[in-house]
Amino acid sequence: MKEKIYIYKAFERFWHWMQSLLIFFLAATGFEIHGMYSFFGYQNAVTYHNFAAYSFIILIIFAIFWHFSTGEWRQYIPTTKFLKAQLNYYLFGIFRNEPHPTKKTVLSKLNPLQKLTYLGLKILVIPTMVISGLLYMNYRYPHEGNIEGLNIDSVEVIAIFHTAGAFLLMAFVIVHLYLITTGETITSNLKAMITGYEEIEKQEDPNKEINSNNIEGELTK
Amino acid sequence: MKKIFITLGLLIIILGIVLVTLGNRTYDDSKLEKLKYKKSDKAKTSVDHSKFPILQKKFNSPSEVTLACLSCHNGRAQEVMRSNHWNWEEPVYIKGRGIVYLGKKNAINNFCLGTEGSELACAKCHVGLGMESSETFDFRDSSKIDCMVCHDNSETYAKGKEMGGAPDPNLDLNEIAQHIGKPKRTNCGVCHFFGGGGNNVKHGDLEKAMFEPNRNIDVHMAVEGMNMSCVDCHETKNHNIGGRLYSLASDNLNRIYCENCHENTPHNEDILNKHTLTVACQTCHIPVYAKVNATKTYWDWSTAAKLKDGKPYEEFDEEGNHTYLSTKGSFKWGKNLKPDYVWFNGTANHYLLGDKIQDTTKPLVLNQLYGSYSDRRSKIVPVKSMYSNQYFDPYYKNILIPKLYSKEKGVGALWQDFDVNKAIEVGMYEKGLPYSGKYSYIETKMYWNVNHMVSPKEQSVKCIECHTRNDSRLKDLKDFYMPGRDYNKFVESAGIGVIFLSFVLVLIHGGTRIISSRKSKNKEIK
Repeated sequence: MKEKIYIYKAFERFWHWMQSLLIFFLAATGFEIHGMYSFFGYQNAVTYHNFAAYSFIILIIFAIFWHFSTGEWRQYIPTTKFLKAQLNYYLFGIFRNEPHPTKKTVLSKLNPLQKLTYLGLKILVIPTMVISGLLYMNYRYPHEGNIEGLNIDSVEVIAIFHTAGAFLLMAFVIVHLYLITTGETITSNLKAMITGYEEIEKQEDPNKEINSNNIEGELTK
Repeated sequence: MKKIFITLGLLIIILGIVLVTLGNRTYDDSKLEKLKYKKSDKAKTSVDHSKFPILQKKFNSPSEVTLACLSCHNGRAQEVMRSNHWNWEEPVYIKGRGIVYLGKKNAINNFCLGTEGSELACAKCHVGLGMESSETFDFRDSSKIDCMVCHDNSETYAKGKEMGGAPDPNLDLNEIAQHIGKPKRTNCGVCHFFGGGGNNVKHGDLEKAMFEPNRNIDVHMAVEGMNMSCVDCHETKNHNIGGRLYSLASDNLNRIYCENCHENTPHNEDILNKHTLTVACQTCHIPVYAKVNATKTYWDWSTAAKLKDGKPYEEFDEEGNHTYLSTKGSFKWGKNLKPDYVWFNGTANHYLLGDKIQDTTKPLVLNQLYGSYSDRRSKIVPVKSMYSNQYFDPYYKNILIPKLYSKEKGVGALWQDFDVNKAIEVGMYEKGLPYSGKYSYIETKMYWNVNHMVSPKEQSVKCIECHTRNDSRLKDLKDFYMPGRDYNKFVESAGIGVIFLSFVLVLIHGGTRIISSRKSKNKEIK
């Protein structure tokens, strides 16, 4: 017996797809600026990249607001419970057609590995990219007759952080795209992120006690 | 649903605002229009010199013309006599040397090497009426000033050949004196376009094509455009002409900049305006120089003085440029050249006659330009690099200057007698410097700034020409990180490694899943 549950809200989906578009576009223009290939033309690549960057920052501001106003930020509180089980699933269970060790619910839609990865993205990689990116765009070239303390002597350190972050994000995107196919069916995760609804086997959720109770408890406080 | 629409609406509005503020800012195009208007408003002289009785009297010598000029324009002689055009030297401050008198009189270059001893030929470009030798010439005699070479507007004035700067004796001096005015391009160009002994030999960006250039050659001087003259930019006050060339000038004074008219941030795009802190205007706006005629890029003195059947000879390339002259050696030429680029803060050092050369393994730089990325006053500027193989004393370790020209044979001048050793002996003796009696050759390098031949903006250097990993125009300036050209080797290989690894893992994982699901299906069938 399966039931359809509404798991990804409209803003969440909008945020996700906007973000994915922007990340792809930022990568396409960014790696051109990095001198790895040529497509848009260098000056266009810089202009587009900067524009997309500011759009991304605005999106992030909205997303932060949404996360806190809805309490969704709690989805990302890391947990070690079932972490090993989840890891075991991806390494072995998935090949034996075993069921997912954790079940998606509205209140706990991320598995422990996802929690860790996304939290890492949110508090490490994205802030690194935003801060180094803002500095990259707006740092003060050293020049005479101004307050020396505000000058940044070389863009090199900024550039190194920014490119390192970009490579990490690309690696994440590759793995992320692949893991989409590891849902109940190959397309169920993708469908869920498009429509918001996911068909989930109706059964007593073994995690419910642990996960949702905790969160419900927190929420009611 | 309502909430979503409100959020989306807000987002779109904010994005729109950002787009407007970050996109192309509306630029005040009227600035350039105003500048064009200002520069096209050319002053007309208020007097007609042909009406002055003093200029109608028959002139018997060019000095009489000068005295006639000075009888009205009193005080101007002192101004001219303070200038480099007259003195051929000026006091400059060089770091580590102090105040040095430097100029054509004593400077060394890697073209004709130096003027000293050969003034009869070289002083054709002196604003005097004849200088046989800078030792004997009276620099305090104002009647020797040549007013006409700069102020003749009749376009008939010419200096005589090998007369030390005295005018051609067949000139109608009255005609010239009655048509006097502000210097035109021809007045400046007759010397400055032919420096080094021929058209465009020396500078590369100053040549006879600049008498009447089109817009592609030079936007400012284009006949069909602004049609500006030299002194429109090289603004002159009391005969002190604005602008100095760092092949001779060592301190950062009295220079002129594009920014004097165009301001520091003239572009529409912020990203370009940011560049102006570290990149001089010329760097992007003069993509190539020597656009019409070739300029000399290499001069080899070691082949000079060869004779065919006891006579000097010359050889040409297909374009008619000298490739060999018995008097000067062999040459290489270049046309439509991309400049080299250096950091420059306006100050320079110069090799001075008698300086010992410490390192003879590298080409000796005759005018070391100071500057670096970390120097706040430095900008990247375009230069023509001139290389030479010139005379060098292996014992005293200094540059040797031969006597090149003399009126008569037998004095030891190279161009008359073709005896290198004798010419050097006489040349160094005249300068009061020792010569070991043996000469060899040393590679030298000289920087010549490229400031003219500004191209239309559509032709300016594109971003990718510098911001690229392959053959960047700035590939030799390695003291800073430039996006597109530079990358950190570790981050680059680690980053590509991580991406590659992710791909491989995904492929292995996915492949295993496909295989295992087939197996389990097969089992079910069984």
